[in-house]
Amino acid sequence: MSENTEMAASAEAAATFLQKVQAKAESDRAAGRYEYDKIEDIGLDEGIKKLTPERIETVINQVLQGECGARLRAYVETCVHCGLCSEACHHYLSNDKNPKYSPVGKVKRTIWMMLQKKGRLTPAEVRECSVIASTECNLCRRCLQYCPFGIDIAYMLQTVRRICSKLGVTPQYIQDTTHSHAATMNQMWVKEDEWVDTLQWQEDEARDEFPTIRIPVAKEGADFMYSVIAPEPKFRTHLIYQAAAIFHTAGCDWTMPEEPGWDNSDMAMFTGDFETMGRVKKVHYEAAQRLRVKKIVMGECGHAFRSVYDVGNRWLGWKMPPIPMVHSIEFFYELIRDGKIKCREKFPEKVTFHDPCNTVRGRGLHEMGRYVANAFTLGVVEMSPNREHNLCCNAGGGVINCGPPWKTKRVLSNKAKAEQLARMKDMGIDTIVSPCHNCHGGLEDIIHHYGLEMKLKFLGDLIFEFMVRPDSE
Amino acid sequence: MQSLYNFVSGPLVWVAFIVFIGGSVWRLASLLSLAKKKDTYVFEYWSWSHVFSSIGHWLTPFGSTNWRMQPVMSVVTFVFHIGLILVPIFTMGHIVLLEEGALGWSWPTLPDQVADIAAFIVLGGCAYFAWRRFALPQVKFVTSPSDFGILAVVAAPFLTGIMAYHHIGDPLLVTTLHVLAGELMLVCIPFTRLAHMLYFVFTRGYTASEFGAVRHVKDW
Ligand code: SF4
Ligand code: SF4
Ligand code: SF4
Repeated sequence: MSENTEMAASAEAAATFLQKVQAKAESDRAAGRYEYDKIEDIGLDEGIKKLTPERIETVINQVLQGECGARLRAYVETCVHCGLCSEACHHYLSNDKNPKYSPVGKVKRTIWMMLQKKGRLTPAEVRECSVIASTECNLCRRCLQYCPFGIDIAYMLQTVRRICSKLGVTPQYIQDTTHSHAATMNQMWVKEDEWVDTLQWQEDEARDEFPTIRIPVAKEGADFMYSVIAPEPKFRTHLIYQAAAIFHTAGCDWTMPEEPGWDNSDMAMFTGDFETMGRVKKVHYEAAQRLRVKKIVMGECGHAFRSVYDVGNRWLGWKMPPIPMVHSIEFFYELIRDGKIKCREKFPEKVTFHDPCNTVRGRGLHEMGRYVANAFTLGVVEMSPNREHNLCCNAGGGVINCGPPWKTKRVLSNKAKAEQLARMKDMGIDTIVSPCHNCHGGLEDIIHHYGLEMKLKFLGDLIFEFMVRPDSE
Repeated sequence: MQSLYNFVSGPLVWVAFIVFIGGSVWRLASLLSLAKKKDTYVFEYWSWSHVFSSIGHWLTPFGSTNWRMQPVMSVVTFVFHIGLILVPIFTMGHIVLLEEGALGWSWPTLPDQVADIAAFIVLGGCAYFAWRRFALPQVKFVTSPSDFGILAVVAAPFLTGIMAYHHIGDPLLVTTLHVLAGELMLVCIPFTRLAHMLYFVFTRGYTASEFGAVRHVKDW
């Protein structure tokens, strides 16, 4: 008996992290955790109760025929059903290559069915479509790089989400954040006075370390407006502190808005509630315009960047954002390149870099991210695939925001990422740098589930801790 | 039989070409006008330089990441499509027909043996694609009967062409079937998923423009 436990313990000690991930996946499978069919979600379950056949048919056709046009037609008629996009998708790779989860497989289960049935779906089928589009695709757009025809599967699954949103069948948690956007113009029901109080509180805290620091609120004509996602003031206030310290050290002329518009996040974009998305983005751009700043600098978030740079502007009729904007990866890169921020001492480890889809496939910032990470650490060791071919963290595209009911599915559906991380861990890398909130959330869950014992850092964490600080001594 | 052959290889050729060319133009024009009406993005973001460089990579064997990840499929896809285009255009029999027919044009031909081998390659390609549809779960899942229909439409002119060249079966019958099969394929191009030949430039091109010009990143 004790001999057995000893043997088991020594066997475990010898196992590599990759083997550990695989063993965990085996036990998940044996425990039936890969069977996701019975997941309950009141947003979906209550939502479908209100549907009538007429409503389903009208809404589906109104979106597919009324809102969509040439692109949808070209995508559906061009796809040669070759399955070459499958290998791109972490959902497919992680679920034992079950064809249901391949990009084209998900299109077949949603858009093709809607077209074939001319919109006459049953409520149960609508529910299934919502589950597929909201929890089985991160809109990460990797499959576009693998389909010979560049068929935009993310666009089609986003269209499915829009249909489901119009039908009132969206996972409860993400719908709640969308309601918050609609009611308060921020994702987390943060009230106006709470927001300003939080900034003042962080400024006070920072004064111990930086006696002359300011978090300038509503300063007209500053060089840039810094915007963040609502979870920062709500749960991660130290990130605002850190950003302020970095800007202070670099001698930046900056500001944050006092009024709604400070939040750049956007779950309405991901639920397909484009009307709310448009209102939220308009308020964000207008906050910057009212302050007459030269540009917006966005915090380390991927999806918000997509919404401000790529999606919200189009809905509002601007080809490009109406005010220049950069992601903090690019902004930090410039500060370091121009010598405004210097490294005092490097983070004493080699690190690996997880590229957020939205800043890489969405903006090509991979080399700038590495530049910053290399400047503040002993160096970046690449995971594979990387850069614009990275595998998503499986949190993005609103998937993590679908909340606790879907967590197990989300984590198991990214065994592929866990294996990637485990290979790094086996090479002795303990730290992942990733400049995206969602990626942190997704990766943390994976690290925890598979016992990978890795740490996660934002670029801001590294810069804040290891930069030369002139007035802090 | 002879009169059927005369009809098939005379007036019907014209009809097939008119439907093929007219149909293609119509399909493309209606796609573009729909895009103009509802997807103005396509024109707003279209960027020829990115379109060319992306399509260049995708049309180069092993030029994109996925082509490198799928070596067998890549090789088969490339030789299949090359054969599919070269054989009909550069086969002696076809050019003679055109020259003697109304057009009066001609151009160099492939040596018969090369054309013969290329035709076998196209057939082999069809067989490989059909095999994939049965054998690979991720392909099988999205395969419908029409996919086999399309493969048959593509295979038929090559199969009958090979039979005619190697004198298998009644020559007049085989040749008639061959011409018919070719005409069927032409007519099908604009109206079935064979239209991917026409749409490729637009779907890949639009993705290339968005990736290249807006997002500043490669899509291959
Ligand atoms: S967009 Fe990403 S998650 Fe969605 S199907 Fe494509 S590869 Fe998979
Ligand atoms: S790779 Fe493209 S054409 Fe092939 S199945 Fe996927 S989406 Fe369709
Ligand atoms: S959370 Fe990060 S990796 Fe995941 S989709 Fe967003 S940007 Fe991509």
